[in-house]
Amino acid sequence: MSQNQQNSSATFVNVGERTNVTGSAMFKRLILEEDYETALDVARQQVENGAQIIDINMDEAMLDSEAAMVRFLCLIASEPDISRVPIMIDSSKWSVIEAGLKCVQGKAIVNSISLKEGEKPFLEQAKLLKRYGAATVVMAFDEKGQADTQARKYEICERSYKLLTEKIGFPPEDIIFDPNIFAVATGIEEHNNYAVDFIEATRQIKQNLPHCHISGGLSNISFSFRGNNPVREAMHSVFLFHAIKAGMDMAIVNAGQLEVYDNIPAELKQAVEDVILNRHPDATDNLLALAPKYQGDGKAVVKENLEWRDYPVNKRLEHALVKGITDFIVEDTEAARLQADKPLHVIEGPLMDGMNVVGDLFGEGKMFLPQVVKSARVMKKAVAYLEPYIELEKDQSSSNGKILLATVKGDVHDIGKNIVGVVLQCNNYEIIDLGVMVPAAKILQVAKDEKVDMIGLSGLITPSLDEMVHVAKEMQRLELNLPLLIGGATTSKAHTAVKIEQNYNGPVVYVPNASRAVGVCQKLISDEFRPAYVAQLQKEYDVVRDQHARKQPRSKPVSLEAARENRFECDWQVYHPPTPKQLGVQTISVELSELIDYIDWTPFFLTWSLAGKYPRILEDEVVGEEAKKLFNDATNMLNKLCEEGDLAAKGVVGIFPANRVGDDVEIYSDESRQQTLHVAHHLRQQTQKPKGFNYCLSDYIAPKASKKADYIGAFAVTAGIGEDEIAQAYIDDGDDYNGIMVKAIADRLAEAFAEYLHLKVRKEIWGYAADEQLSNDDLIREKYQGIRPAPGYAACPEHTEKQVIWDLLDAEKATGMKLTESYAMWPGASVSGWYFSHPEARYFAVAQIQQDQLEEYAQRKGWTIEYAQKWLGPNLNA
Amino acid sequence: MAQNNTEILYSLAQQRILVLDGAMGTMIQRHKLEEEDYRGDRFVDWHCDVKGNNDLLVLSQPQIIYDIHCQYFAAGADIIETNTFNATTIAMADYDMQSLAKEINIEATKLARKAADEYTAKTPEKPRFVAGVLGPTNRTASISPDVNDPGKRNVNFDQLVEAYSEATHGLIEGGADIILIETIFDTLNAKAAAFAVDSVFDELGVSLPVMISGTITDASGRTLSGQTAEAFYYSLRHINPVSFGLNCALGPDLLRQYVEEIANQAECLVSAHPNAGLPNEFGEYDMDDEEMAEHIKEWAQSGLVNIVGGCCGSSPEHIAAIARAVDGIAPRVPVKKEVRMRLSGLEPFVH
Repeated sequence: MSQNQQNSSATFVNVGERTNVTGSAMFKRLILEEDYETALDVARQQVENGAQIIDINMDEAMLDSEAAMVRFLCLIASEPDISRVPIMIDSSKWSVIEAGLKCVQGKAIVNSISLKEGEKPFLEQAKLLKRYGAATVVMAFDEKGQADTQARKYEICERSYKLLTEKIGFPPEDIIFDPNIFAVATGIEEHNNYAVDFIEATRQIKQNLPHCHISGGLSNISFSFRGNNPVREAMHSVFLFHAIKAGMDMAIVNAGQLEVYDNIPAELKQAVEDVILNRHPDATDNLLALAPKYQGDGKAVVKENLEWRDYPVNKRLEHALVKGITDFIVEDTEAARLQADKPLHVIEGPLMDGMNVVGDLFGEGKMFLPQVVKSARVMKKAVAYLEPYIELEKDQSSSNGKILLATVKGDVHDIGKNIVGVVLQCNNYEIIDLGVMVPAAKILQVAKDEKVDMIGLSGLITPSLDEMVHVAKEMQRLELNLPLLIGGATTSKAHTAVKIEQNYNGPVVYVPNASRAVGVCQKLISDEFRPAYVAQLQKEYDVVRDQHARKQPRSKPVSLEAARENRFECDWQVYHPPTPKQLGVQTISVELSELIDYIDWTPFFLTWSLAGKYPRILEDEVVGEEAKKLFNDATNMLNKLCEEGDLAAKGVVGIFPANRVGDDVEIYSDESRQQTLHVAHHLRQQTQKPKGFNYCLSDYIAPKASKKADYIGAFAVTAGIGEDEIAQAYIDDGDDYNGIMVKAIADRLAEAFAEYLHLKVRKEIWGYAADEQLSNDDLIREKYQGIRPAPGYAACPEHTEKQVIWDLLDAEKATGMKLTESYAMWPGASVSGWYFSHPEARYFAVAQIQQDQLEEYAQRKGWTIEYAQKWLGPNLNA
Repeated sequence: MAQNNTEILYSLAQQRILVLDGAMGTMIQRHKLEEEDYRGDRFVDWHCDVKGNNDLLVLSQPQIIYDIHCQYFAAGADIIETNTFNATTIAMADYDMQSLAKEINIEATKLARKAADEYTAKTPEKPRFVAGVLGPTNRTASISPDVNDPGKRNVNFDQLVEAYSEATHGLIEGGADIILIETIFDTLNAKAAAFAVDSVFDELGVSLPVMISGTITDASGRTLSGQTAEAFYYSLRHINPVSFGLNCALGPDLLRQYVEEIANQAECLVSAHPNAGLPNEFGEYDMDDEEMAEHIKEWAQSGLVNIVGGCCGSSPEHIAAIARAVDGIAPRVPVKKEVRMRLSGLEPFVH
């Protein structure tokens, strides 16, 4: 709907005129020279300058007009930033019009048809237009000629209207009359009333012929003042001013060149009005006498984009906020402070107004997340400047509400939570951000002490789901009634409905992404909307629960025994696992700059809510421009991080002799395979697989009984050493944008490190693919031999197995990386996993397991069933 | 006869939600046909492989196609689609069978007609209809096949009009009640189809209801040729379709928001026949009948739809479940729109 409103105009439509060989010498030259590339730029500029429709005309004697029309329209079809607007196919030749109609998928306007050749061809053409699906301009032209007086103009339009609507059922709203704009002030007395004739005919048509539109070619009116652009523009403006009042609702104009009516100097305006409205016999002479005074190069090209520096201070602040420009913010804030009664008023007044504009634009999808975060940076800078001036008044809180945000205990991931915080701050919510790994007790204590209005919980790893359930239960126990917001990568509407909402009587809302947060909070904070919203949510959750309860597994479960029967089995007598070149543990140091080539950028854009595959996203019609800016900022940050050396990467890797025993993998201290260092436990798929195997990662390792020497690798890498400090420094400086940026980049570097190290393992350390030559693209698509599954993800979903990796590699000592009580890795930008070398090894999802495997797994791990249920929760039947 | 059926169709649509059939290809796959089966007796010596030419089966294995139609009627479909998705001279060129396009349209419609008449005779209170399908062809009139030359096209409007005109003649000759232009991913192709249909109606002095069904290819919410749902509607609204809707590409979960977008716009009936989910790693669609019906029931309850069915991956079981699910739920009431000029590029423009 907003799209619709955005593109509709109740009053007046600009049709771009520059892509017209009869009106633009430059465009004509480009087409004649077949420089279509530049010709497309002309079209693009018009759309950028605000043309809502573009007129295309190829009527030129030296041209094959049909071919040129087809060629140009086909090229436009491939340019989404042009073809998003409707096309006006403009030609005096029907054959050119028809050729054009055959190239546009949208509903276009034809310019034009008329009664010039009589009723028969007129109706035949109109009937075809109906079949093609086009609106049409109808010229006030009949068998006798072009209409010049008001009476003739109206007579022809009325006759055309009746023929079209009554004889062939042409929709009246698709008729656009052009009652002919002719030049005035030509020195010929009969021409003096042409503008008035047009304006009055327009009035009469609009009054009597329902739903139709009125358009015209504006530049004709000022033909006699060619070479004097200021006067021409003034004439256009004055003419439009009066014609629009009479009902003209479209015009073919150069959207970039229209003087604002109110800005025309009084003396010139007076003279021009006399001419247009034919108010004075000497009007033409007066204007001719005045014209040289305004001669010149008129309004020269728009100056350097610093024009906004001349706006009043409030507008300057708004501009800086919307555009995310920090360059002048201190000086503008100071100017605003000097004008205000109290420094606080600057925040509550112009700054908040500006942020409201940002909020609205974001809500309407006209701004994207990275822009909003930049706006927040400007806001914070302004507020930071004002703070020393603001005496600490008790009643200073005029925010929409106070929201506590926290990443739950055991989890260290906070990029998404930080983005939500910034977006909410932009919408005037006060945010209390408790950071990461926050225990429930602390969350609830702060919520009470600070009298917050809502609590938002975030988490990325699956154990965090349980912690959220715990927080909800605690809130219930303490009889709180605050809304609880749930977000983060592993959270879902289903989990929220089934597991969290039922444990807490207050409102619980699953927020799928940052852009939803504002809408949710607004509804929850409002006494007026909250009850209905909460009721609606409860209904939605009931439906989700209901669906969840009735959900049959996609495929039937099978017993663990049956699943094992159907395991992936390779012929271990024939297959020889590759012998590693380097056994044992080694630490890996790498310069960040070496990792850049291995970065998969696509998830980076997703972090910022820009969806699309890199590098295509940079050219995306909707988000491309923002994606480019974001990528540019990321590249700069990346270079800075590489140069300054505050952020560091460290890793550790080891390859060990190993064999499979049941579904476990025994990992040995040396080739004698006598002493077991650790045992890695794996889970097996337990649904019916008619066409495939019931996979378990251990299947890729030779069984102990085969007596084959096989191996397994383990690794832990981070590119986040220092990330918290660097990000915090930015945030303390009011720059959340770069704070989030640092972490998002560190995150990508850690993944790149894992990719880099895997390559090194394949080529050197294990060395089974010494000759591998793959591009980064192929690396991202995992076209190589072997896999590196990570505990906590689909193929080995149980998080505590990271401990085995940590113990094997002594990872904390080697790299400083730690595991939390939920087995999240710290720093956040970390990756760990196993290496399997088997050529058939592939990724899969364990998905749902059954009671028999739960019990056996508990026994293998030496756990109680209850404890096993806690860690295998996501894989158990809910 | 045709005129009569049109009136019945319109009046039925006011009373209840109508059910369309499900996938043809999925059902044909169940037969695991081989090259020789596709050839049948008639095309034993055809000079190139024809396996995969599902439309050809109306000539070489008519019983299979007829049985599938019957299964869908038995499942509760009100309207079945002819097996003519690729039966245009343009798409048939893949098998060098351009010359058979019209014959396939005629025979396909006759098979469907026969099934429909039999079921109507069995249960006259539930009349059955045949929708003659015009597919998208395998070429696009507004997208270049060559990345280095964005102005290039491998098919033009006139060629499409010619191909669609011939197919439309076949569908009418075979006895279709409705013309269904479906799986539209390039609106310009569909505009050519609409142009052809309107011209053929004019030529023959007939007028059948026309259903339009587009395809939103991914989460961008746009057709492959780049239009938003609303812009797409404005591009084809001029042929006064009996229904406007969406099919294919997405399962009901992902398609819902776009069906809603159409439902908010369409002044005619709204149709939707989604896929049975998205393909799994084996390329199979595995949303089961109950889950799919649950989604469509919700659409019906929300007042979004008038005609529902299934596309890729759906089966008579799905259609039976859908028919049960929407039984007794009131059909959507078409939107009344203000009289405005409604234009479109890739995006809608209202003035």
